[in-house]
Amino acid sequence: MGGGHAPNKIHDLVISGESSVHRLPPDVKLVALVAFVSSIAMTPRHAVWAFAVYAAILAAVTAIARVPIAVIGRRLLIVAPFLMAAALVPFIGDGPQTKVGPFNLSTDGLWAAWNICAKALLGATASILLTSTTPIPDLLVGMTRLRVPRPVVSIVAFMVRYLDLLADQFQRMRLAMAARGHDPRWLWQARPVASAAGTLFVHAYERGERTHQAMLARGFTGHMPDLDTPTRSSGAWLTALGPAALAVSVCIVAIVQ
Amino acid sequence: MTAAISIRSLTYRYPNSHRNVLDGIELDIYPGERVALLGPNGSGKTTMALHLNGLLPIQAGSITIQDTLVADANLADIRRRVGMVFQDPDDQLFMTTVGDDVAFGPANLGINPPQRDLVVQDALAAVDATHLAERHPHHISGGEKRRAAIATVLAMSPDIVVLDEPTSGLDPVGRRELAELLATIGATQLVITHDLPFALATCPRSVIVDQGRIAADAPTIDLLSDPERLIQHRLELPYGFQLRAPGA
Ligand SMILES: Nc1ncnc2c1ncn2[C@@H]1O[C@H](COP(=O)(O)OP(=O)(O)O)[C@@H](O)[C@H]1O
Ligand SMILES: [Mg+2]
Repeated sequence: MGGGHAPNKIHDLVISGESSVHRLPPDVKLVALVAFVSSIAMTPRHAVWAFAVYAAILAAVTAIARVPIAVIGRRLLIVAPFLMAAALVPFIGDGPQTKVGPFNLSTDGLWAAWNICAKALLGATASILLTSTTPIPDLLVGMTRLRVPRPVVSIVAFMVRYLDLLADQFQRMRLAMAARGHDPRWLWQARPVASAAGTLFVHAYERGERTHQAMLARGFTGHMPDLDTPTRSSGAWLTALGPAALAVSVCIVAIVQ
Repeated sequence: MTAAISIRSLTYRYPNSHRNVLDGIELDIYPGERVALLGPNGSGKTTMALHLNGLLPIQAGSITIQDTLVADANLADIRRRVGMVFQDPDDQLFMTTVGDDVAFGPANLGINPPQRDLVVQDALAAVDATHLAERHPHHISGGEKRRAAIATVLAMSPDIVVLDEPTSGLDPVGRRELAELLATIGATQLVITHDLPFALATCPRSVIVDQGRIAADAPTIDLLSDPERLIQHRLELPYGFQLRAPGA
């Protein structure tokens, strides 16, 4: 439509499906996500087994929700900059060294890099699972039900919207550049990508602003109306919090170990 | 008669900009009128429209909607009375189904669910989009999106509807259907467009905005019969278009 935007909007993050994960009430899923991600964050980095358990839980949820692995992989690209930064840490850390191929790397740095990568990937995967199975308007309702303050609800809404718009526009821009013979293998080789990314951010921001204005024009005051979003039941709590409770137990064991 | 929209000396400059985008707009629109707001790109049409809904702060001048001044204290009331249909329906439709999107406004007004369902049904029926209620707003055609966007506004029973370039992205059939639809809406309408044949088909009166001022205000047929004046404001009838009064 006007301006030729691809019809890609916030809720297109949702991989359509009718799994039990999709049907869980959003507030319950949010609580589960926070518990799960907090467990990951607090797990000591040496407890490698704990991270394996988290990964297994995520794999199981992914399978139940029938979210394609390729989609998760694509969306995980968003943490690529963190992973690249983490990869540098072993080269600059000091203290005891470990030989890896031709390099002498800081042992402590290697653990730090592992810690960042494992936590970023697992945390991001968990969040991607939530956004792939829950429309954003439902998430906002979930936050409102959990009594998250209104400004926070709005900020999160727009953050997610910008991210989605950015990812979408980035894809199209890469195509357009490739069509003109540009072949960026690495992000840091791609000056045009970097400068265009700034433009993209501005576009995405403006787009988000317009949607926000359209919401205000219809009486939005930062409080998302509850239309017919699934409501919580004790069964829903049990189902959704099962994986999260497992993660919390794993985290506790890993800490006291 | 109390004007539906009364604008006095409205002046606006965007932060970080060095010129006034609106520069002393004066305009009265009366209840039940359909007025086209014509003007070249960048002449300030959208900026003016955003003011009517309190979406931009009034820097100088004033706007009165019926008897109510557009001001922070009256925003909720103003936004119920003035419905804004944005230029790009993709900006306006953001829920998971068209029906939910139409329900968004009434829900914000605090209309209770059984009543709300009726309002949503009526609004969808008014734009002939009942069958779209369960559809995803981004998986429907351009014309359907436009009608859905109009329904989201009609559901709030506005007294005034402002449409920003409603024909952009529509094919000829979509344009004709939209013109027919607007004729069935009773609210006072301000139709922003640079689509002159569409203005002629929908609005008896037209106003040209240029450089942030009202440059002309006359019956649409008169304005369109004056090619020199149109050119002055970077407006032009499509090649080969034969001017006839609507219905003639
Ligand atoms: N958010 C903004 N910040 C700064 N300048 C803006 C902004 N929006 C529009 N403008 C400028 O204001 C002028 C009028 O814009 P607009 O009201 O969108 O015109 P129209 O709708 O008639 O095409 C243009 O020159 C545009 O570049
Ligand atoms: Mg405009």
